[in-house]
Amino acid sequence: MHFEYSIEGGNFSRAGYASSEIKKLLKQLNVDMGIIKRTVVACYEAEVNVVAHAYSGTIYVDLNTDLIRIRLQDEGPGIPDIDQAMQEGFSTASSKVREMGFGAGMGLPNIKKNADKMEISSEVGKGTTLEITMFLQ
Amino acid sequence: MKISEIKNLINGRIICGEDREDYSVEVAFASDLMSDVLTLKDDHVLLITGLNNLQTIRTAEMSDIHCIILARNKKASQEMLDLASENGQILIECRYSVFKTCGLLFQAGVKPIF
Repeated sequence: MHFEYSIEGGNFSRAGYASSEIKKLLKQLNVDMGIIKRTVVACYEAEVNVVAHAYSGTIYVDLNTDLIRIRLQDEGPGIPDIDQAMQEGFSTASSKVREMGFGAGMGLPNIKKNADKMEISSEVGKGTTLEITMFLQ
Repeated sequence: MKISEIKNLINGRIICGEDREDYSVEVAFASDLMSDVLTLKDDHVLLITGLNNLQTIRTAEMSDIHCIILARNKKASQEMLDLASENGQILIECRYSVFKTCGLLFQAGVKPIF
């Protein structure tokens, strides 16, 4: 099965809408509740990152009986140093993002903790792609 | 502890999920940082926060948190109420500080996560 959701950069009213839809979908498919929680927490952190840092983005969800694969592809400034961005506590978030309760440099490390597999690639000036894989078996 | 007891202890007002006063919680967590909330592994946690925006509701939704106390006399927006209602979450407004709210609940037996 394949699903797509668009993300609007800077629109905090809608941040989390896609992750919420994905949660409903996984519940309907009777996916294990523990896996659902880890999946949607990782996805929501990533969705908030796109809203906070990029101009726009798309979430591509592919799932079968073995795995859930979520790819978040954004058009934005990109990440100059991914190793630095992965460090807990490192953040380039704006004050607006911090007012929302984020921007403490915990998002990417938390995605890594929750995902069974996480891959990230980025090109400065173009955007970032983050892929979260969850194994169902 | 039942929501009805929590409401009375903190002199709070249920503004969403009034029909769920029988829902019960055993553990609580207090934070204004949603990134911290998203690191919690436990389910059915009571969240005490002074952060009143839509991401509070969204974070709770992702974390399987069904009850939120908005302390420090923070008021929920209509947008927050609509989303909490759609999610079946319980929202309680309370005039006390986060510290006092936590203290009262702790004293009455609500446990910390860690």
